[in-house]
Amino acid sequence: MADAIEVRGLVKQYDGLTAVDHVDFSVPPGTVFAFLGPNGAGKTTTVEILEGLRKRTSGEVRVLGLDPWSDGAELHRRIGVIPQDFRFFEKITPREGIEYYRALFDSRADPDALLRLVELEDKQHARYDQLSGGQKQKLGLALSLTNEPEVHFLDEPTTGLDPTARRAIWNVIRTLKQQGRTVFLTTHYLEEAELLSDRVAIIHHGKIIAAGTAAEIIAAHGRGTRLRFEAPPALAEYLSRSLGVAARSSPGLVEVDLEHPRDAVRVLTAAEESGLPWTTFSTAQDTLEDVFVRMVGTMDDGALKGEVPT
Amino acid sequence: MRPRRIGADLRIVARGYYRNPAALFFSLIFPLILISLFGLIFSASGSGPVTLEVLNEDSHSALAAQFLSALNNTTIVKVQVVPTASVTPSGFSAWLGQQGDPVGLVIPSDFTTNVTADRPVNLTVFANPQDAAAGGEALFAVSGVANAFNLAEAHGTPVIQVPPSKGVGSEIYSYIDYLIPGLIGFSILTSPMFAMVETTSSYRKEGLFRQLTLTPLTRGEWLASRILWYVVLTFGAAAIMLGIGVGVFGAHVSVGLGILPFLLVGPFFFVSLGMLAGSVAPTPESAAVIGNIITFPMMFLSGTFFPVSEFPSGLQTFAHVLPLYYVIDGMNQVMLFHNLARASTDLLVVVVAGVVVFLLAIRLFRWRDD
Repeated sequence: MADAIEVRGLVKQYDGLTAVDHVDFSVPPGTVFAFLGPNGAGKTTTVEILEGLRKRTSGEVRVLGLDPWSDGAELHRRIGVIPQDFRFFEKITPREGIEYYRALFDSRADPDALLRLVELEDKQHARYDQLSGGQKQKLGLALSLTNEPEVHFLDEPTTGLDPTARRAIWNVIRTLKQQGRTVFLTTHYLEEAELLSDRVAIIHHGKIIAAGTAAEIIAAHGRGTRLRFEAPPALAEYLSRSLGVAARSSPGLVEVDLEHPRDAVRVLTAAEESGLPWTTFSTAQDTLEDVFVRMVGTMDDGALKGEVPT
Repeated sequence: MRPRRIGADLRIVARGYYRNPAALFFSLIFPLILISLFGLIFSASGSGPVTLEVLNEDSHSALAAQFLSALNNTTIVKVQVVPTASVTPSGFSAWLGQQGDPVGLVIPSDFTTNVTADRPVNLTVFANPQDAAAGGEALFAVSGVANAFNLAEAHGTPVIQVPPSKGVGSEIYSYIDYLIPGLIGFSILTSPMFAMVETTSSYRKEGLFRQLTLTPLTRGEWLASRILWYVVLTFGAAAIMLGIGVGVFGAHVSVGLGILPFLLVGPFFFVSLGMLAGSVAPTPESAAVIGNIITFPMMFLSGTFFPVSEFPSGLQTFAHVLPLYYVIDGMNQVMLFHNLARASTDLLVVVVAGVVVFLLAIRLFRWRDD
């Protein structure tokens, strides 16, 4: 089966500024793909090109086999979108909005079921301008589901929401995944990506700097397992000197990189032999967030600029 | 164009409207205030008797003399008999126009014969549209005396009839008559223009058009539902103005099917123009400026409050390039002058301009960014 989304060599320039710079990825049908990146990295530009809302400068893009820009009208019947900063008509209620979309799409979707799914039943008769941020976003989600789309695009759907609303939206995304639909999610919450997605791509300065499953990215770009002591800085010096391991210290904390988890035994023995006053120890592994912060941070420091790590 | 989608969008527009009191005010309450205000100002009576130039074609009759003396006794008018040798009835209107005080009455030569034989007879009042008060008072006095004579002479049979007066130089009889097509035109212009400029630019700023791009609704359908909505509002505003103008201020206008095309085509043109203006402007603020630049000259120079024929010739030429001029002139032709040929030409101008603007609006206006 062909990929639901295929992107090859995508470039978008605005007035000489390159917002998206030769991006490649593909999303198999029925999977959740998380597109990560700091603000201004090119996430929204990319997703808007996929949705047919923005024209690309060059490159190949196919969504459900269609060219999003030139086949926009046909594509829009088959995809569901929550744009970033979703807005709706101020004086219209969620139920009226869903009825409106049903008429526009000739859809048979059940409004009650949609309202129940996004947990907006109790606000179905409130006007849009009286809804909270989370309720507005839930309406956006319900509207995007009205045409029973094959591919969903959610552009930062939970930004600025309280934890309850965020969880409600996560539940809907899980439901979509269970139903075998394809979801393209942009977010800058790493937790969200780790929790919901099958595959992740990290975009920075318009380029994909890492792609794969969360575990693959951590394995490729993470620092491996580390042993942490609550100890004076002198312990770091002692361990580096006696074992030749990479050890760092920050106030009250000493961290040692382990090439292999079983090296921990050797390091602990050495620490005991040092006679220095260390108390507790623990092991630590990079989360996706650690990897993300480090990759994006080092790139911004200039260390990796110009390079495209894969 | 799918009727179902247009209908669904129309429901959204209508709900947004009746849940927004400010919008309703401008579309329906504002016309009500306008017509009431102008009606009160221009139907107020002046002071002192109005000089009534009388062309008495039945000058040897005692009955006609009695009628004129009764008119004088009302103290509303002061009768001044015009020598029949100097003016003919057909040239009377033009002759009045040359005089300074053009309110006139013609008593036909068969006045006495008909009244004594209980046959109907018409007394024609001529008045100047620019002096509505004088015309109204003269008509009032003549009708009152005619009623009294009908009771006394014809035993209650209404043989002396006073039809709506004829205008001096034209068929217009009072300013309020003239004002009704003008004010309907005013609301055909302002209600869609201000709202559409605002809607188009703010929808764009808030990303609502992008939201709609993601649905099957087309730009043509979106525009069509707005046109339908403003046609509904225009019917409402026209009904209010006609109701108050005729019912309260006694305006004499013909209300027939002839004005319907203008109530349809007027909103069609101005909704499209408003969308075009709102879509070429980069920000809501500049859209408001562009909207005002288009709207304000038209608001005053298209014959809304004053007849274009009263303008200096330069301004008249300018008025003839304003689309609203053709809407108002067309309604004047239908409601006052019964000149359907000229009304059809006016209508054609608005239809052609409307189609051009509609097509431009849906072609030039992008819902998506490049």
